[in-house]
Amino acid sequence: MAAHTGGLTAATHPGSARGVVRIAGLVRAFGDRKVLDGLELSIAAGEFVALLGRSGSGKSTLLRALAGLDHEVTGTGKIDAPAEVSVVFQDARLLPWKRVLDNVVLGLPGPDALDRGRAALAEVGLEGREKAWPVELSGGEQQRVSLARSLVREPELLLADEPFGALDALTRIRMHTLLRRLCERHRPAVLLVTHDVDEAIVLADRVVVLDAGRIAADVPVGSGVARRHGSPEYAALRDELLARLGVDPVAADPAAGDPPALDPTAEESAA
Amino acid sequence: MSTHAPTLTKTAVTGAEQAVSTAAPPATPRRRRLGPGRPIPYGWALGPVLLLAVWAAGSAAGLIDPRNLSAPWTVVSTAGDLIADGRLQSNLATSAQRALLGLLFGVAAGLALAVLSGLSRLGEGVIDGPVQIKRAIPSLALIPLLILWFGIGESMKVITIALGVFVPVYIHTHNGLRTIDNRYAELAETVRLTRPQFLRHVVLPGALPGFLLGMRFAVTAAWLALVVVEQVNATSGIGYMMELARTYGQTDIIIVGLVVYGLLGLVSDALVRLVERRALSWRRTLAG
Repeated sequence: MAAHTGGLTAATHPGSARGVVRIAGLVRAFGDRKVLDGLELSIAAGEFVALLGRSGSGKSTLLRALAGLDHEVTGTGKIDAPAEVSVVFQDARLLPWKRVLDNVVLGLPGPDALDRGRAALAEVGLEGREKAWPVELSGGEQQRVSLARSLVREPELLLADEPFGALDALTRIRMHTLLRRLCERHRPAVLLVTHDVDEAIVLADRVVVLDAGRIAADVPVGSGVARRHGSPEYAALRDELLARLGVDPVAADPAAGDPPALDPTAEESAA
Repeated sequence: MSTHAPTLTKTAVTGAEQAVSTAAPPATPRRRRLGPGRPIPYGWALGPVLLLAVWAAGSAAGLIDPRNLSAPWTVVSTAGDLIADGRLQSNLATSAQRALLGLLFGVAAGLALAVLSGLSRLGEGVIDGPVQIKRAIPSLALIPLLILWFGIGESMKVITIALGVFVPVYIHTHNGLRTIDNRYAELAETVRLTRPQFLRHVVLPGALPGFLLGMRFAVTAAWLALVVVEQVNATSGIGYMMELARTYGQTDIIIVGLVVYGLLGLVSDALVRLVERRALSWRRTLAG
């Protein structure tokens, strides 16, 4: 984990000119209400960015703009995004009438698609479940299939819209570990939309807070020490982010009250 | 309960627990069940058997006039006679052919129209209105017009059946196509499916449950329309056989015809359900 964190932070250049994602002056409006208002953001290759924000702050709108899914939204601005973009939705969004492997390789070109799909399933720990129907899987397993479906496309940019929001706490911790490991191997740039401050700190190289359609804070997450629950750096970062989100950190019960299992290094064995 | 109480006393750590278990042997009083209770084996056969018994008893006791309703054994022996001289088979073959042809044309038309109207806004504008108008008119009310146009031959009969069949197929397939979750369309965009791929992998499988539901209604509609067309100007078929029996007051033959219609309905519905279970095995785990 430590080596991984070091490697990722070394590649991190917030606002770098050679970012794979460059967003300039992005405006998106629903009717008269401007959800994104002149947003500027760039993400470097292989960088893991967590996007925090209250509900209605425009997180999902930004993600949908990057994914090219905002057909009926009016807006201006410039988006440079790589050609290979994959999206992980909050719901696993598997086609219920296709078996797991067929879901993973949906629309995947090439004669070796099935083999790549099998390899991707093995990577997320679902070897042997290729022929299962999605309804036969648990929520966490479905979300792992959806991760496999995204990663088998070797994306340069992985967009994740609260991918673990619907999972129970223990499964979520396992998924954090899995996601970090997969990102370490495939090294896509990641934009993870979340409302969970701890998830953001544990996973990301950089945490961006969105407020009223603009970036209100852009905080790099330091080395592995800061990721450890209970460390003073962690608590300070958590308090800062919560304050940016308009939550009183004391009332929000800081890291001390959380179960120790939230420590990502301790989680490696559990996953 | 009997196994529960001893374990409680054995492992009981608090006096309170022990007191409860000794004072009242069933430690937790069993609640009264509010649901209908356990299923009775072969419970579904109870009603039909009772009905048959009343019919048989009534006939044996002479309470039921054979001119109104023949005895069950008369019906059975009549069925045997009809099969022996081949009348039942030839009439059944004629009926089945009409129903199948009508079903075939009706399903093809309903499916084609539903796909056109479900996948294109223009198609919907052109097709959906007339179909809804047709839906408001009972197919059987069209028979006088159909007789004028197509005569009283086979084509009129097949067309009447097809008209009854295509409406449910159209309605349910169209609904299936239109209610495919928009989230799947989003997914298809993010994995960059082409339009033909989108149709093949998302739209058509997504509309299949609707189509098969339409098929179940369609099969029923086909038999219903068959009965009517065979009792109007027909010279063969189960309906004709029954109509002829009416003029001679042969209730036994009428009952045989009714039983045959009932069996045809049951068998065809079971067939569609079998296809449904096969084709929709992806949700069998939910249905149980």
